[in-house]
Amino acid sequence: MNDDCNDGDDDADDDDDDDDDDDDDNCSLESNYLNVNMSLSSKQKATVKDFFSKMSTRSDDIGAEALSRLVAVYPQTKSYFSHWKDASPGSAPVRKHGITIMGGVYDAVGKIDDLKGGLLSLSELHAFMLRVDPVNFKLLAHCMLVCMSMIFPEEFTPQVHVAVDKFLAQLALALAEKYR
Amino acid sequence: MVEWTEFERDTIKDIFSKIDYDVVGPAALTRCLVVYPWTRRYFGNFGALYNAEAIMGNEMVANHGKKVLHGLDRAVKNMDHIKESYCELSQLHSDQFHVDPDNFRLLADCLAIAIATQWGSAFTPDIQAAFQKFLSVVVFSLGSQYH
Repeated sequence: MNDDCNDGDDDADDDDDDDDDDDDDNCSLESNYLNVNMSLSSKQKATVKDFFSKMSTRSDDIGAEALSRLVAVYPQTKSYFSHWKDASPGSAPVRKHGITIMGGVYDAVGKIDDLKGGLLSLSELHAFMLRVDPVNFKLLAHCMLVCMSMIFPEEFTPQVHVAVDKFLAQLALALAEKYR
Repeated sequence: MVEWTEFERDTIKDIFSKIDYDVVGPAALTRCLVVYPWTRRYFGNFGALYNAEAIMGNEMVANHGKKVLHGLDRAVKNMDHIKESYCELSQLHSDQFHVDPDNFRLLADCLAIAIATQWGSAFTPDIQAAFQKFLSVVVFSLGSQYH
């Protein structure tokens, strides 16, 4: 069945003929079977790149704010930062590290066509050294989405939301690739 | 029983006194149906839900979004007995609507994002934390009577 193409895209606006073939590929029976990790359509990849480009002037703020919110809303995440003097929301080490993480996310946008390959060494870092429980990637992703919607309420439409959410989920999967 | 600080109690009352139910309710449910398309399974009789545009223009979705948001009012008014307040609604969602309770969590996340788009930086980390704690109690309560 090809009817499960409900990727939230605004299909009515699909004027770009070049997108059609890629969308068909993603919705074919074979790819539904193989791509059980809900991969991004080419239109969604373009949406992600476009939105991240719009966001770039505020990316540091979003990164810093997102990590602050992670430790505020999910205090158990502070357990990963016991080596810092101050792991409270808004503290200098939290903000600085949030910016670092956001830099990694932007790097991943550039590797959106092969996240697993492109993030191999980062995955090894998280698997063997940092050993962050992957459930926390989801929590941080949610905080990033909150920050994006705060700072870009007009641009962060439901269509952009679903594309970015999928991208962050794919990113999390790639990061956890080497865990076991 | 859940313990609430004075800040958390004030924050919850403040949020619900300030938000526009007619905007936030529909926005949250719309996002849920677009971002997590499997949630559409519960709304077979809502007409056109086949893409984001259809969902965003769907009046039944909008009305239901308002209804769902008002469903939180009882928790706001009764913060010390949230689980009891949702006994009946939990049974209803389990036995009549057959909703997977994980969906309540998804909708709660969309609600946080909907308010963030409205409030911007006024939606501070502390306020977000209080709001999400409140929602997690409601989510837990709504799932409590499943069997």
